[in-house]
Amino acid sequence: MAMAMRDITGAAVVRTGKVKLDVPPLVENGNTVPMTVSVTSPMTAEDHIKSIHVFVEKNPQPNVGNFVLGPRAGRAQVSARIRLADSQKIVAIAKLSDGSFWSATADVVVTLAACTEEVI
Amino acid sequence: MASALINVPKKAKRGDVIEIKTLMSHIMETGFRHTATGELIPRDIITSFSCRYNGEEIFRADLFPAISANPFIAFFTTATESGTFEFSWIGDRGFSETASASIIVE
Repeated sequence: MAMAMRDITGAAVVRTGKVKLDVPPLVENGNTVPMTVSVTSPMTAEDHIKSIHVFVEKNPQPNVGNFVLGPRAGRAQVSARIRLADSQKIVAIAKLSDGSFWSATADVVVTLAACTEEVI
Repeated sequence: MASALINVPKKAKRGDVIEIKTLMSHIMETGFRHTATGELIPRDIITSFSCRYNGEEIFRADLFPAISANPFIAFFTTATESGTFEFSWIGDRGFSETASASIIVE
């Protein structure tokens, strides 16, 4: 996960804050976990969110999604449904127009994991 | 086969921030699962989604196997003028789908 995050952020420092990551703390089915990432930002041409990136710790692949927005979005918020292979930590990183990175983390307990089940 | 569900407000006031919800039917096979006989099921996912508002790209997403089947994506935009939203999904095995929705801005 750290390497995948570095691909996005480069050498920049990722600070905690501004980002709000909404996921249920306990999910029964890891195949569809509703997730909402919102970032506090005025979303003007001078000061807006460029992109939102989501990573997970224990899936076979750390990337979940990269979402590119712009000042026209009006509100920096993205929702999607994701898969979780295990109880784990989720990290959302937002890239601001000034080049800084902000993040939020959430821990989720999954009772039925995604990805690993066999197909009959 | 594939079909999309799009939810865009029909009307909006100029400057309003509106939510756009999209759902595309797709299995999003992760490429990490095996059959009962132990063969790996090849990956078959949507890798990229984009939305254009009167020709200008307002939102784009790179998707990974960790996105659930039938990817649901919701995002916001500012209603600036009447026109159309064009959505496109591109994925493995030559998957390519488009959809559109129109909006009246007063």
